[in-house]
Amino acid sequence: MKCDLCNKQAVVHEVTIKNGVSNEVHLCHDHAKAAGMQVPSEAPMAALLGEIAAVTEGHQIRERPTKCAACGLTFSSFRKVGALGCPACYDAFMPMLGDIIERAQAGATAHTGMHPRGSDDSQRVQAVRASLMRDLEAAITAEQYERAASIRDQLTSLDGGNP
Amino acid sequence: MTLHFTPALAQVGPDADVVVTSRARIARNISGFPFTNRASAPVRQEVLRVARLAVERVTPPSAAAEATSLHWLDMQRAPLRDRQLLAERHLVSRGFADGDAPRALALSKDERTSVMVNEEDHLRIQSLAPGAALGDAYDAAFAVEAALGHHVTYSFHPRWGFLTACPTNVGCGIRLSAMLHLPALRLTNEIERVKRAAEELHLAVRGYYGEGSESIGSFYQISNQVTLGASEERLRDEFLGQILPRIVGYEREARAVALANSRTAVEDRVFRAHALLSSARLLTADEATKMLGRVRLGVACELLATPLSTVQRLLLHVQPAHLALIDPRAAEGTEAECEVRATIVRQGLAQAPPV
Repeated sequence: MKCDLCNKQAVVHEVTIKNGVSNEVHLCHDHAKAAGMQVPSEAPMAALLGEIAAVTEGHQIRERPTKCAACGLTFSSFRKVGALGCPACYDAFMPMLGDIIERAQAGATAHTGMHPRGSDDSQRVQAVRASLMRDLEAAITAEQYERAASIRDQLTSLDGGNP
Repeated sequence: MTLHFTPALAQVGPDADVVVTSRARIARNISGFPFTNRASAPVRQEVLRVARLAVERVTPPSAAAEATSLHWLDMQRAPLRDRQLLAERHLVSRGFADGDAPRALALSKDERTSVMVNEEDHLRIQSLAPGAALGDAYDAAFAVEAALGHHVTYSFHPRWGFLTACPTNVGCGIRLSAMLHLPALRLTNEIERVKRAAEELHLAVRGYYGEGSESIGSFYQISNQVTLGASEERLRDEFLGQILPRIVGYEREARAVALANSRTAVEDRVFRAHALLSSARLLTADEATKMLGRVRLGVACELLATPLSTVQRLLLHVQPAHLALIDPRAAEGTEAECEVRATIVRQGLAQAPPV
């Protein structure tokens, strides 16, 4: 998507709803900065993790995972090292890790590529759907409509349709 | 390890005027083990054992497939020189070459395809191809991924896909990259604009030896950063069909403009580099790489008749470990090193007529 003010790629997208009328703003890196908006960072993991920590500390709503029961890695040492300890960390550190992944992966919230041979497809799809539905609800509650739309697209593509 | 092999780095592929090599790398972890950074020495040994069994089972028995069959190399026991040779050929990361933890490399005889075992992830399957033949590299890497997948279970999450130690690789676990030669964009300072555009497209731009390294000789590595939310094919098609042609186009345009507007200046730069390399008696690796980069531009613009394969081969041979392999006197850090390097470059260029 192009920036509203020039021809560059838009990196900041904001949807505001006022009196039932939605207004969309799409800006490139430079114009978003000029408008005083927060620009998505291309920063390395360490900076990204610091940012997420700052955000989550301000919010008391989400429960805070601290330690992976399987490998013993603490969330704070993950933040220091930038690497997870084992596959179970992915579930242990939700939902904060989900935010980190989204930021690192340009807003993607689920894998849509191939899966290993022998894995049960219907089970897989169900698990992804349940997980996405929870996110959708959270996004709507938090009035993150842009994010909600992206999650809905992924739910649609999960059902075999085109988003 | 010898020089009889023909590493992809010294070959000439499609769009070779700009694209030196392409690479596809797939990160996979074996289910049931912690990731490498959290694995004790015995656990790492067990990962090695399991991976080795899988590798040995996929090795094709027929003579026809000999070039692509994988051979096991214990990196903990491999001599330093061999490990350095592998790093200089971009077959292993620098950290993987230097470390002392239990780790191994399964390498195909044609040195195109390799599997690093116990790198950041248990398996880092990669394939190199000359020039812009990224499709070949992609196919070769996924062929090995699929073959190994018959013998080990990959760590997979219903929502996040293939799990990796670093969440920046999660999902497809695939990193596509190309080593690009962008001297004209560098010369005209357009490279900064290209870097910004690349960032907006979620690409990483790095130097000659990957993360944290500087660009020497105007060589840049460009790679995808997003591994989640798109299929493997889509990531490949975007990189191969849109990103690479666009950057290659920018560089060719910049070369054409430079030749049209300031031909003499470009010629001066190219011929001076050729003259320096043809006369120098002592050369450091950095200077040789830098000057060979300029000669490469001259070859690509048809100002010099030196074959591109000669320049590619010399770019590899001026690296310290390769140099020491050609002439054992040229141990790193000695005066003989710079002398041998200068001799090899001089002889290499003399065999090919300059104009």
